[in-house]
Amino acid sequence: MTRSIDLTRRSALAAAAGIGVSISFLGRQTFAAVDGDLGKRKLVVIVCRGAMDGLSVSPPVGDPNYHALRGEIAIAGFGQAGGALKLDDTFGLHPKLATVHALAMKGQARIAPAVATPDRARSHFEAQDVLESGSSVVYGASSGWLNRAMGSLGPRRIEAISVGAQAPLILRGKIQAASWSPGGFKDRDTRLPGILADLYAHDPLLGPALATGLQTEAMAKVATASETPVAPQPMSLAGSAPGQMPAAAMPGTPPQGGDAAARAYAQAGRAGAQTARTLGATLAGFMTQPNGPQIAAISIDGFDTHANQGNAEGQLANRLAYLDAVVDGLSSGLGPEWRNTVVVAATEFGRTAHINGTKGTDHGTASTALVLGGGLKAGGVIGDWPTLQQAKLFESRDTAPTLDMRGLFKGVLAEQLGVSRSALDATVFPDSAGVAPAVGIVA
Amino acid sequence: MSIDPNLGASIAVTRFGLGARPGEIDAARTDPKGYLKAQIRPSGADQPAGTFQSSAAHFVAVREYQMQRRQDLKAGVDPVKEAQKQIRATAIPEFLGRAQLACNTDASFRERWTLFWCNHFTVASKNLQTAVLVGPFEREAIRPHVFGRFEDLLTASTMHPAMLLYLDQAQSIGPHSPVMFMSGPGVGRFRQSGLNENLAREILELHTLGVGAGYTQTDVTEFARALTGWSIQGPEGARYGGRFASAGEPGQFTFREVFHEPGARRLFGKSYNQDGIAQAGAVLHDLAGSPATAHHLAVKIARHFVADDPPPALVARLERAYLQSDGRLDQVADALIEAPEAWATQETKFKTPYEFLVSSYRAVGAAPEDFTKFGPVLTGLGQQPFNAPSPKGWAEEAQAWAAPDAIVKRMSWSEAFAQAAAPVNLQPATIADASLGARLTPPVAQAIAHAESRPEGLAILLMSPEFQRR
Repeated sequence: MTRSIDLTRRSALAAAAGIGVSISFLGRQTFAAVDGDLGKRKLVVIVCRGAMDGLSVSPPVGDPNYHALRGEIAIAGFGQAGGALKLDDTFGLHPKLATVHALAMKGQARIAPAVATPDRARSHFEAQDVLESGSSVVYGASSGWLNRAMGSLGPRRIEAISVGAQAPLILRGKIQAASWSPGGFKDRDTRLPGILADLYAHDPLLGPALATGLQTEAMAKVATASETPVAPQPMSLAGSAPGQMPAAAMPGTPPQGGDAAARAYAQAGRAGAQTARTLGATLAGFMTQPNGPQIAAISIDGFDTHANQGNAEGQLANRLAYLDAVVDGLSSGLGPEWRNTVVVAATEFGRTAHINGTKGTDHGTASTALVLGGGLKAGGVIGDWPTLQQAKLFESRDTAPTLDMRGLFKGVLAEQLGVSRSALDATVFPDSAGVAPAVGIVA
Repeated sequence: MSIDPNLGASIAVTRFGLGARPGEIDAARTDPKGYLKAQIRPSGADQPAGTFQSSAAHFVAVREYQMQRRQDLKAGVDPVKEAQKQIRATAIPEFLGRAQLACNTDASFRERWTLFWCNHFTVASKNLQTAVLVGPFEREAIRPHVFGRFEDLLTASTMHPAMLLYLDQAQSIGPHSPVMFMSGPGVGRFRQSGLNENLAREILELHTLGVGAGYTQTDVTEFARALTGWSIQGPEGARYGGRFASAGEPGQFTFREVFHEPGARRLFGKSYNQDGIAQAGAVLHDLAGSPATAHHLAVKIARHFVADDPPPALVARLERAYLQSDGRLDQVADALIEAPEAWATQETKFKTPYEFLVSSYRAVGAAPEDFTKFGPVLTGLGQQPFNAPSPKGWAEEAQAWAAPDAIVKRMSWSEAFAQAAAPVNLQPATIADASLGARLTPPVAQAIAHAESRPEGLAILLMSPEFQRR
């Protein structure tokens, strides 16, 4: 095969496809044409890693036991300084979740305040595996439920993307998902992509990955064209990569001077929020392109707040501000497509109901999941609230689960993407026929 | 089982080691196993070249900085910039020294073995204090013990200030400890404090028994109670001075009797009646000797060196070596080298970004001279220097690292690196032979031979399926 020296990236792709290297370079069907409305439906899953504290995400300030259990890390009541943003008589949202709250006021955000995976080991890693694999037991599946859900949609071709340098388990599997992380891209003017596509022809790992990567790179140019690109990775060791706080933003010792510490936190929080907003907007830029991905997964880490968790400000507040800014960038970036989109933010497990000895919280059980979208059905809290009465706490320490995480995901997949009940029970969430989908979420 | 010495030499240097420097495969050819075994030594790992400060000095410096910070804020000094300045001055040279060691060493099996244990006992940059301590932690707690008894390594890691801070142990206080019954100035903050079970849980789950070994929440809590008092000596005049003082140099481990939960603890059905520091010490001893720990470590070593889904026979061999030698890691390393499964011809391990960059430098006989050419690249590829995403450390599986975006970024970096680093006096084909030896496949050799320039040839080599794996 002859390659011309000035082959551009696009023609390299065409050349590669021309010699039959990989069908996935070309020939992508849009299922929009085939399936009408379903073709526009989008789903974004935000995996909040480290065990996000549900009692701070949606503080039940109306629960009579909440403030006593939480002490100085409790979120203040409605209307007070730094107080919860009111949802109903019991629940509010963390004051940093202002975007989510504004959506809730429009009927575009709901909370599931006591949701948990079937795993009870309180191990981050085991629970994240269960959350993302969709299995009822650890190591029960090596692919992710989101990937298998796509696979269950039959001939409909649907594209997915993960944000971040590493591929999350939730999107791993038979269908090659794209991935993207900030870090710059360039006009490629070399032969290398074509040569490598050739060498990877029989490589089941690298072949599909390179093909998808190049495609995504082209898309990224469009996705970020209207946005200030996310800054390249800073030089500092612990700089602000996506999903990570600048090191100095999280002093490890208790904040020593209220004002000083608060200012340092607030400053770091603002910087992180700008990055997060751009990230959300960029993802929206991908998803609004013709043939762009309809499914996306993002990870946000840093929720493991064993010490000095903070309340309206502080460590956890900064992570929630980051989450809120991703939602802001995403929902505004999607524009009219927001009404076709559902976003679920979930975590592997919650945290202890009691404040611990180091002004933080330890590993718990149920937590809050957020469900957002322009086309949600009106309704209140998803699932029952077990209350924080001592006798109702799971093993006398944690918010008790009243809703199986798989049921929540099943409901969203069924109503948003039309995944069949039989696929949900058997392949997407293996052996889960006993777990009913939580219905009535998406209109 | 006999292996072809040419292939054996390639496997020894690229799979067990960190990738071949020019001439290295030749050096391993006569006796690949002997070449590796000669790298095992009782004194442990190499230390990065350079002058670095101890963790105690770093700890004290950060504490002083934190006390100063209130004034700085009033004076308008930007605290984030100040912290980044400290990180630049300390953690960056540490990381660069570590990378240079990996690129330059003639004993790269020894270094890979060491990096495995650094990752097993992950400490990451979750705040300024831990960011400056990761390098010292590896030098002080890990490197000296990698070929000694696992119990010593476990104990050194558990006692190190970096680990005590990273997993919130330093501030964990027994609810019935003496400090809770004291009165007077300065006591209030302790009396509001209590138990933190983070370190106890991760020792059981990640460092020793492994998840699924059958321990319970009660075991975790009891172990956390036994560990209370394992803390760090504060600097002079700092908040742990006076009546709360304990023996020890500032910034080093101390056992703080007044934080320790009194009484016997019951874990795994066994009673621990020891006093003070000996109590958690006895638990660590039992954990190190547990068959569950032997199995957990064997799986992890086999997974790191040989295959994401490791052969059970290999796991059984390593487990046996561990138990028969009373947890001696030199014996486990020896068993790994002797295991036929480790020499399988099919390479299945996909290099992590760090391994990929290090092996690329080694292929051209170079090492990074400047952090800015190395660290930010790793961040872009998903492996931020000294900042693993969780106590579990960096992922092992190929699926985690071979995301489409990551492959494109590796390709971009390879092109740039090849432009800058392709040696003018060497043909890419020669570099390919020297870095992969018998593992170089004909299609890749051919593509390199047909390259239109030296940099293109080198970039093809670095991105080839066999160079991306080991």
